[in-house]
Amino acid sequence: MTLDMVSKGQEVVIKSIKSKNARIYALRFGINEGSRVKCIAKINNGPVILRKNHQEVAIGRELAKQIEIEQ
Amino acid sequence: MHCHCQSFELLKLPQDKEIIALVGNPNVGKSVVFSKLTGKYVEVSNFPGTTVDINYGFYKNYVVIDTPGVYGISSFNDEEVVTRDIVLSVDKVINVVDALHLDRDLFLTQQLIDYQKDIIVVLNMFDEVKKNDMKIDIDALKKTLGVEVIVTSATKAEGIEKLQEAIDKNLFRKGNPTPQLQKLLQEAGMEFSEDGLTTAENVFNSSISELQEKIYSLRRSHVDKIFEKAVKFNTKKLEIKNRISEILVNPITGIPILAATLYIMYYFMGVLVAQKVVDFTMNKVMGEYYIGFIKGLLTPFVKNIYIQKILIGNYGLLSMFPVVFLGLLFPLVVAFHLFMSILEDSGYLPRIAALVDKVFNKIGLNGKAIIPIILGFGCVTMATMTTRILGSKRERVITMFLLGLAIPCSAQLGIISGLIARLGFWYLVVYILIIGLIFGIVGRVLNKVIQGSPTSLFIDLPTLRVPLILNVIKKTYYKSKNFLIEALPIFVLATLILGFLDATGLLKIIEDFTQPLVTGFLKLPKQMTEVFILSIIRRDYGAAGLVTIPTTKGQMFVALVTTTLFVPCITSFAMMTKESGLKYSLFVWVSSAVIAILVGGLLAHIMIA
Repeated sequence: MTLDMVSKGQEVVIKSIKSKNARIYALRFGINEGSRVKCIAKINNGPVILRKNHQEVAIGRELAKQIEIEQ
Repeated sequence: MHCHCQSFELLKLPQDKEIIALVGNPNVGKSVVFSKLTGKYVEVSNFPGTTVDINYGFYKNYVVIDTPGVYGISSFNDEEVVTRDIVLSVDKVINVVDALHLDRDLFLTQQLIDYQKDIIVVLNMFDEVKKNDMKIDIDALKKTLGVEVIVTSATKAEGIEKLQEAIDKNLFRKGNPTPQLQKLLQEAGMEFSEDGLTTAENVFNSSISELQEKIYSLRRSHVDKIFEKAVKFNTKKLEIKNRISEILVNPITGIPILAATLYIMYYFMGVLVAQKVVDFTMNKVMGEYYIGFIKGLLTPFVKNIYIQKILIGNYGLLSMFPVVFLGLLFPLVVAFHLFMSILEDSGYLPRIAALVDKVFNKIGLNGKAIIPIILGFGCVTMATMTTRILGSKRERVITMFLLGLAIPCSAQLGIISGLIARLGFWYLVVYILIIGLIFGIVGRVLNKVIQGSPTSLFIDLPTLRVPLILNVIKKTYYKSKNFLIEALPIFVLATLILGFLDATGLLKIIEDFTQPLVTGFLKLPKQMTEVFILSIIRRDYGAAGLVTIPTTKGQMFVALVTTTLFVPCITSFAMMTKESGLKYSLFVWVSSAVIAILVGGLLAHIMIA
């Protein structure tokens, strides 16, 4: 499943990030493949907002589609 | 060594003192540490070739530079370029990290260590650690990083003395580099040195290499290990800040809060400042006392009618100019920057970006474009520069067009708010709808016409904070000062041009010439021509002209919409030319004029009998 399908309140593990740029940004924000994150908000057909520990990031829908996750 | 000493010369840093760079992620309280450490002797200076302002100050025999907040040493944006250049040209670095975000912040710390900088780590916001039921093992942190770690809560000035002591004792140390990094570099045929690492990590390039990714992953997993060892969390403890953050980014609650914020801004700027304050400063202090004084003083001496007109006539350099500049624009500019500084320091802006992302995708942008657009309400020229933070050329082109067309800048916004408040609530609603509609239609057209698609949003949402009053005041002061200094010569120029046109009778000829358009098509009073002439030079100056011209309600509304959409001022025109070329800026200029007049004319025929 991909990150755009996550629902609010769900906790998931990031399996892979396809985009090179996004991978680098994610690494610096503290999120890498294998990170456990929680979806704290989701805008319908819009971005997903994730939290890991206290770090929050917003990820646009198109990018979220390229991020593989598992429960 | 890549020496960027040139930049330091341009910054006019004293050459005889050693430099300490203060480096950290955005929003870690770096500026607070900086001001507590250096005291009040802060100098602000624009970093050559960028939009980035650098603060530097003094601590004993050191120059301390406050670098822009970054997540790593590389070249993904202007801030990073500046910080990169500063870091690579100094030896001593104080790395400020946010105790709540150690897993994120230690990435930069470890990168600085890998560059073999002499480092002191400042673990800031430590008061939050206790509050949030976290435990940080400082000794473990010191040992694994291999550098001195000083605990501070800079906003309460706690720990600053310890930091000063550490600097005095010269406790700067080279830490323990990421394990396996040396091996990785050697396998790639590179030396483990600053030069080798800058090449391996593509530091001078915004593209990404495979080796860079490998190094980043290696560093990330090392940092995660340090974090796990040193930090104990009680994640179950629900914190107020997390709750508020969720409320702000969830559409059901977030959108009403956003609307309320914008309304407060409108009320503050349009009702309180643009009417109550300005009524006093412009009409009373400047309009009555000052004008009376200056006219009484000069009239007996200046007998030449032309000079009299240019100095103290209707558009005089010593009459209209100071009244508008000091009485009207000055309070509005300060008020706007005060509000913006509070918004910026609270960490709310990136959350707005997340909220509007979906809508912005429809006009070819991602949510991040809200940042230059909100800044555009301050100054379109500055905002045009800020479009550099956007992901693609395409997004910059669309954003600059929308900025030039539909975004009124601070003082203009204040004047418009003030005038609309007088017309009535429904006029405000219709005004917002019309400008919003034009913004949306033009954005969609540009999205269709220009090849490509919007890049995806990916931003960090900083921890929410109550802004510190002192910081907000400082920011407001510097921003207003820079804005007014920049505006002053253009205002003088505009006043002289108008005074000249008035004194020579050319103004009347232009007014007659544009009459079919202004009084015929737009159905506005003849004097509105002056507003348009002033608007070409400075939009806020043009808007100021609206205040004095008697109109009906309908005419005022048409004038407000038309001048909002009218051409970008000459400074933003120049900035657009610099950023995207003359062809583009001329296109924006002509399109704005055409759209403004067409929309205004249409409204005039609907609203004015």
